[in-house]
This record gives sequence, C-alpha cells and structure tokens, in this order.
Amino acid sequence: MPVNTPHADAPAVRLTGGTAALGGRAVLRGVDLAVAPGEVVALLGANGSGKSTLVRSLVGLVPLSGGRIDLFGTPYGKFKDWSRIGYVPQRTTAAAGVPANVREVVASGRLTRRHMFHLGRDDRTAVDDALDAVGMRDRAGDGVADLSGGQQQRVLIARALARRPDLLIMDEPMAGVDLASQEVLADTLRRQKEQGRAVLLVLHELGPLEPLIDRAVVLRDGCVCHDGPPPQALGQHALPGHDHVHPHADDHTTSGLLT
Amino acid sequence: MSLLHYDFMQRALLAALLVGMTAPSVGVYLVQRRQAFMGDGIGHIALTGVGLGLLFSQSPVLFAVLTAAAGAIVIELVRERSKVSGDVALSVLFYGGIAGGVMLASQSAGGGASLNAYLFGQLTTVSPEDLRVMAVLAAIVLAVTIGLRKPLFTVCQDEEFARVTGLPVRALNLLIAVTAAVTVTVAMRVVGLLLVSALMVVPVAIAQQLTRTFAVTAAVAIGVGVVVSVSGTALTYYVEAPPGATIVLLAIGLFVLVGVVVAPFKARRARGRATDIPASEDDLKVAHATLLTGSTSASSGTMSGRDTSPQPPKSEEEPR
Repeated sequence: MPVNTPHADAPAVRLTGGTAALGGRAVLRGVDLAVAPGEVVALLGANGSGKSTLVRSLVGLVPLSGGRIDLFGTPYGKFKDWSRIGYVPQRTTAAAGVPANVREVVASGRLTRRHMFHLGRDDRTAVDDALDAVGMRDRAGDGVADLSGGQQQRVLIARALARRPDLLIMDEPMAGVDLASQEVLADTLRRQKEQGRAVLLVLHELGPLEPLIDRAVVLRDGCVCHDGPPPQALGQHALPGHDHVHPHADDHTTSGLLT
Repeated sequence: MSLLHYDFMQRALLAALLVGMTAPSVGVYLVQRRQAFMGDGIGHIALTGVGLGLLFSQSPVLFAVLTAAAGAIVIELVRERSKVSGDVALSVLFYGGIAGGVMLASQSAGGGASLNAYLFGQLTTVSPEDLRVMAVLAAIVLAVTIGLRKPLFTVCQDEEFARVTGLPVRALNLLIAVTAAVTVTVAMRVVGLLLVSALMVVPVAIAQQLTRTFAVTAAVAIGVGVVVSVSGTALTYYVEAPPGATIVLLAIGLFVLVGVVVAPFKARRARGRATDIPASEDDLKVAHATLLTGSTSASSGTMSGRDTSPQPPKSEEEPR
C-alpha cells in the first residue's frame, strides 16, 4: 500500500516516533500510537507523563519536534478534512465570558473552514442528534453556565459529536463528572464503536469504562510503557504512580505497587 | 423636539447612533473571550495616530485608524504567542501609545491642547464629511460582526476547539482586532479614546445580566448601546455636560440599576435549580468523583512524578 494515499483500511490516526517539548523540556520521547476504525483506545498515565500533550499534538495544538502523524492515511500536512475529527478538550467549564445556551455551543461544532457562515437543516439535525446522544436535548435552551460540571462536560462531548466524527479524541472527559455523565460517556463510546468509528480518550484510570476499552496505551515519562489489552485484573490500581484515596470510613491511603 | 432643528445636533445624534450600534457589536466578542481591556488598549494606541495626524497636519482620523489597526494586530500577535507574559508586554504598548500621542501632539502647530477633543470626544463639531466616513466604517464593522457571527462566536467561545475544527482562527482573530480598531476610531469623536472601551463593554455587561443566549446578549447590547448613546447626546443639548462622560455614566447607571432589579430573580432561579437536584445525586457525585477519578490524590499532588519504578503495570496488586 502506498504510504501517501488515503486508504479505507488506514488507521484513523497513526503517530510514528513522535517527540515534543514544552518550554525546553522533552515531554514526548519517541511515541508510536495508532487507533484503527472501530477501536476504542484509552491513553493512561500519571500526571506529567505526556498523555495530554500527546493528544494535543495529534490535533495540531502542540507542534511535534519530530515524528510523523497520519490521519486516515493522509500525512498531517496534507490532511484537510477536519470535519472527520471531533475533539473534546480538557475543560472545567463550557462557558466563556458572555452567556451562551447549550444549542449555540453544540452548533459551533458544526463549523468547518468551508462551511462556517450559515447552518442549515442538516446541521440542525446533527445538533439535535448530538444533544439526544448526551441526554441534553431538553436543556438545549439553558445557559451553559447554569449547568453542573458533568452536564457542561456532556455539552462539550455533544459539540464534538455534532461533527459526526470518524475519530473522536477526548482529553480527560471523566474528570469530576457525575454518575449520569459517566453513563452518557459509556453510551457514546459504545455507539461510536458500533458505527465503526475510532475513539482515543485520555483517562486518569479506566474505572467503569474498562469493559468498553479495546486497548490501553500507558505513557510514562513521554514513552509508551504498555500497549495492549487494558490491565483488567489490576483495574484502576495498575497504573504507575497510582495513589488511591478511598472514601471509606477507615480512610486509609493505599499506594499503588509501583509508586 | 427643538434639538432636531440644528444641523450639528442632527449630525451628533446620528454619530451617536452609529457608535451605539457598532461598539457593543464588537465588544460582545471581546468580552466573550475575556478581553474587555482590548478596546482600552487600542484606544491608547490610536492616540499616537492622532498625534501623527496633528504633527503632519493631516487627517487625525485616518492616522488613528491606521495606527490603531497596526496596534491591534501587534496586540493579537503578542497574545497569540505568550499566554503568560503577554499582559506586561501589552501594558508597555498601551503606555507607549498614550505617551507617544501626547509627545507628537505637543510638537504640532496647535500644541497639545487639540488633543483633548480626541481624548474625551467632541461630538458637536462632527462635519457632514466626518459623518459619511463614520457611516461607511460603521457599515463595515457591522457587516463583519453580524455576517461572521458564527465563526467569530466559535473562536471566541473556545479558541483551541476552533483550531481543531480547521477554522482559519488566526485570520478571524486578526479580523476581530482590526474591526475593534476601526470601531475605536469611529467612536473616538463621540466618547473619546479614553472612554471608547466603556461603550464596547458596559452595554454587554448590562445585557448579559438579562440573557442566557449569545445571540440575544449581542442584540440587547446593541440596543442598550444605541439607547444610552442617543439619549446621552440628547441630554447634553439641555444640560451643559460633555457627551462622552454623560453617555458612559448613563450606561454605568443602567448597569447598576439592572443589577439591583435582576438580583432577586437570579437568586430565586438559583434556589429553584438547587432544589431540582436531589441531595443523593450530589452525594453520589462527590463519592464517584473521588472513587473514580482519584481527584483527591491528584489534587494533592501525590500522583506526580513518582512512577520511577521500571516495572510494567501488569503485575499483581499490592496486598492491602
């Protein structure tokens, strides 16, 4: 297969030998990563292991100092079809300095370079579908600033889903969300997978999403230290550098084996 | 309405109308991306342009537009490069704008005295020619802020997300910057460079106390801008007062008034929402946040940089 031509079987995203530095410090040191269509890949690692930088480099927010990115078989520099990629940034809020309602924020996910002046009937349907997918259709008219943290996270997921993306990239979508929003996230992963679409998500730990994860990539100090089936037997305690604080009555702190 | 009998007053009111529409239409985007100070900065820089115009006995408005646009582009580039140290660099730029304007104007034939008209506005001397220029510039500003409202909203709501969608984010940011510069120059004759930013920001601040959507916020802000600009100008026909200060004080008065009137309703709405959520769900939320995301350990920093062990994660769990 010629490397430069898009191919139906090509991975949704493939990073080869990726290196990146932030403020002179090497954050990624030769990372290989690929996500196939229909695959759900979790990117795990301790704080500072480079997992957020990795996904940000894949979507062009952090420049790579070396290595190569292919999106759907097309080299990064030649890739133009950004409507195929949905991105959920790591945010504590979906609100900005001026009020905006849920529908306005989700609809902004429909814009592309070629389609940014007017949104039509198709766009409205896509926005409605995305709102349904995250269970926020009945809140479409509410201001995003009035929602709970978990609901705002769902709005950000809906904004990405409104693109009907073939590759969904989410940066810590589980951070501080409530149970209902975790279920929404699990449903989203399930649906993307059923439709043969790829998902790459940064997680602090697998938690309840574990059964939905096809493959886990664990980063440590900017290198991949595990790429394979999620460490099921060990679950959330398996990660390097894991300190687990149990909210139980005895309130003891269990340090992970590898700390 | 005897004030409409005078040509100069008609022109003053029309100028106020144009400024009342344009300033908030740009300001809403600046406030959205938490850059309310930007109008102020551009106003400061425009003063150097006025100084240049006075020095060379050319149109101060033309020089002000060019200088303000150049300054706005520099501001945008500084902002784009440095998220942290940008504010100091911008402050230096703003002081330089004022000082440069005062210095240049003092060297001009008329001396520094003529600068006052630009610092605080001089509505009553707006000529028919001035008004035509203002009308054209205002039309351009509104064409941008209304015609491009969807991409501008997206960029100002979440710039990083906008980048990933493939939107021309830098071009849109520069467009906002230049549009703000043009607006500052349009508004200069009405409220003065030192108060320009108030007309961009305060109507938005009033509107967002009453609204939940961006579109309505923008529309209400423009309406408020028109009302305070025109009524403030009209007021100065009857009362001996500078129009710029009158307009801005009217706006701030309205801001306080709306805040006082709206506050009880907001409190009631917040209480209503609080009772919507059953307490058990709150408890669950807290429990799961701790249990599932390890937020307690993460926030206390115990996760960071301790994973120096060479062992892969696939090993047995620590016995407890």
